[in-house]
Amino acid sequence: MDCTHTQSLLHGYVDKELDAASVIAVDQHLHSCIACKRICDQYSALRSAVRQHASYYAAPAALGDRIRAKIGGPAAHAPAKTDKHRPQWFQLGQWLQLGAAAAATAVKDRSQWLQLGTAVAATAAVTWMAALQLNNPSQDDAISEQVIAGYARSVLTSHITDVATSDQHTVKPWLSGKLDFSPRVTDLTTAGFPLVGGRLDYLDNRLVAALVYRHRQHLINLFVWPYSKSDKPAGMQTLARNGYYLLHWSDAGMTYWAISDVDSADLKTFAETYARTK
Amino acid sequence: MDEQNRSKRFEEIFAVHLDAAYNLARWLTRDDSNAEDVVQEACLRAFKFMDSFHGGNGRAWLLAIVRNTFYTWLEKNRPQTMLNVPFDEDTLAANGHDVDALTLDANYGVDRLLEEEDTRRIVNQALDQLAVEFREVIVLRELEDMSYKEIAAVTNIPIGTVMSRLARGRKLLQQHLRQANLET
Repeated sequence: MDCTHTQSLLHGYVDKELDAASVIAVDQHLHSCIACKRICDQYSALRSAVRQHASYYAAPAALGDRIRAKIGGPAAHAPAKTDKHRPQWFQLGQWLQLGAAAAATAVKDRSQWLQLGTAVAATAAVTWMAALQLNNPSQDDAISEQVIAGYARSVLTSHITDVATSDQHTVKPWLSGKLDFSPRVTDLTTAGFPLVGGRLDYLDNRLVAALVYRHRQHLINLFVWPYSKSDKPAGMQTLARNGYYLLHWSDAGMTYWAISDVDSADLKTFAETYARTK
Repeated sequence: MDEQNRSKRFEEIFAVHLDAAYNLARWLTRDDSNAEDVVQEACLRAFKFMDSFHGGNGRAWLLAIVRNTFYTWLEKNRPQTMLNVPFDEDTLAANGHDVDALTLDANYGVDRLLEEEDTRRIVNQALDQLAVEFREVIVLRELEDMSYKEIAAVTNIPIGTVMSRLARGRKLLQQHLRQANLET
């Protein structure tokens, strides 16, 4: 590895974010290159300086009390949703209007920023929540993008698995120990989809299990997490995005997203085999 | 979700991560009183939208809301021109020579060990000088000890951008510290 390549990896190296193969390559280079070693030491020293000396500002005790009072108050007495005397921060609709008005009005009075800021914040939050909460095509779109990103990231960074073994009895407990649920892990070698391993990923605002299978020279990722109450069990849906095929279904309290660059028929065979093998 | 359950779930996250929320808000706003306002507002929003939290990383979830609230606050409270804090490639390229020539001793802070309070002040000031885009990733990385993936979740930027912002932010921070070191 040359100096340019090494230096491009140094931040990942000092942050311990590189895969094992890259760490070894960087180690080897640093062993023989004083210039890169020096740069690396500078970053490490800088990290230590910030970690040791920068202030960590703990919340004032009164702040926690004040927030609890605000939440406890309105929440404890929160009337039914039709009540017109709801606390102000329940009145989303009004916020939205305020937000539109606020956008057109420059307000400098500091005492008002909270109220108006809330309005704009609510607009953003509503959009955001809509994407998270509703089981509609746009939510699936958002998740499918995250699924593609998760898959592509794992391949690009050669971080295919956290636990690499074809032994389902190793993968399952490893994942269960890291997650608040226990995904079903089945080796499908006999069907032509050997288990490669598993890793953790972050999708849909939560930690999820990623099961990794191989089919000929292709990798298949199967993302699994418990579906929320608002989701309904769903039959298999196929999507094609950016040259990948995605298959999505829900079953027995879990939601599944399979993604690969194998063709859609093979991915369907994989998903059906997985779903059938209990 | 009923109110009681909502309160219980909120308290679980809130009680554990209030300091992290305040620390991030304080570094973003660089002011005690504004930080309190941002955290209070963010917590009310978090409570309101508790239903969207499906479990998992409560700290990343809460900090993402704190950060969103801060940016909303920033837009309301700053002249537009000040939002465009220079941090792009051009600015860096213009200073590129200095950045490359920059040498911070590996044992910085050891051979010139100042009093602890002075060191704290200098590091805090150097970090405060950074554009907010850099400051936030460094605070999340070094003070919250978050992984790139967690930082990406909080800031809603791709992991590659997290890495490049950390890289640029650290170079600028080195520059600021070196400057401070020369002045003392």
